[in-house]
Amino acid sequence: MELYNGPLDTKEIFGRWLDEQAASNYGAYIPFVGTIRAEEGIEALSFDIYEPVLQAWFDAWQEKAKALGAVVKMAHAKGDVPVHTSSYVSAVFSPKRRVALELIDEFVEDFKANAPIWKYDVKNGERMYAADRSTAMDGAGLLA
Amino acid sequence: MIKVEFLGPIAKAAVEMEATTLADVSAKLKEDSTLTEWLDKCAVALNDTMVNDLSTVLKDGDRVSILPPVCGG
Repeated sequence: MELYNGPLDTKEIFGRWLDEQAASNYGAYIPFVGTIRAEEGIEALSFDIYEPVLQAWFDAWQEKAKALGAVVKMAHAKGDVPVHTSSYVSAVFSPKRRVALELIDEFVEDFKANAPIWKYDVKNGERMYAADRSTAMDGAGLLA
Repeated sequence: MIKVEFLGPIAKAAVEMEATTLADVSAKLKEDSTLTEWLDKCAVALNDTMVNDLSTVLKDGDRVSILPPVCGG
């Protein structure tokens, strides 16, 4: 898992991951790129991350992938990420395509639901929590 | 004494309190009106492990984290 301040250098990351696994005999490599869209007049999105829980979440996913003979990778941005740049990339390597196609779907969806990352719209230099696009994590409401 | 910290967009400084279970933490946090809009949407971690049981026993020095709705990517 890799965390960066500001936008991701997607080509460097994907190229490096590909090089790292060049001799691993994986038949499939499926990358996913999340790009900040220009909408609602935003200049950027901004992110807070709680790293200890994110690392635990990612470690559990690595174990799950390993049991299927696959590898999951991810990188995410912290702080401000301007429109038309990338805040999130992930990828799955697996011996055959079917496992990778299914895992990238599950991995990205679970990431959206349970990775401890908070998103803010940046407009006129101000940061506003994206409450309407956020999802309560599994187990939410325990203390209510 | 345990510590409760509020993550992400919850604009609130960490607090310390006496509590023997998460149920005690719940009771104390419900007294704070600034948290009313948050508690039913927030998940909870104890020493950076997600927890789901109000009867979870706490010990001196434990750290409880309150995690509001997320949106990575």
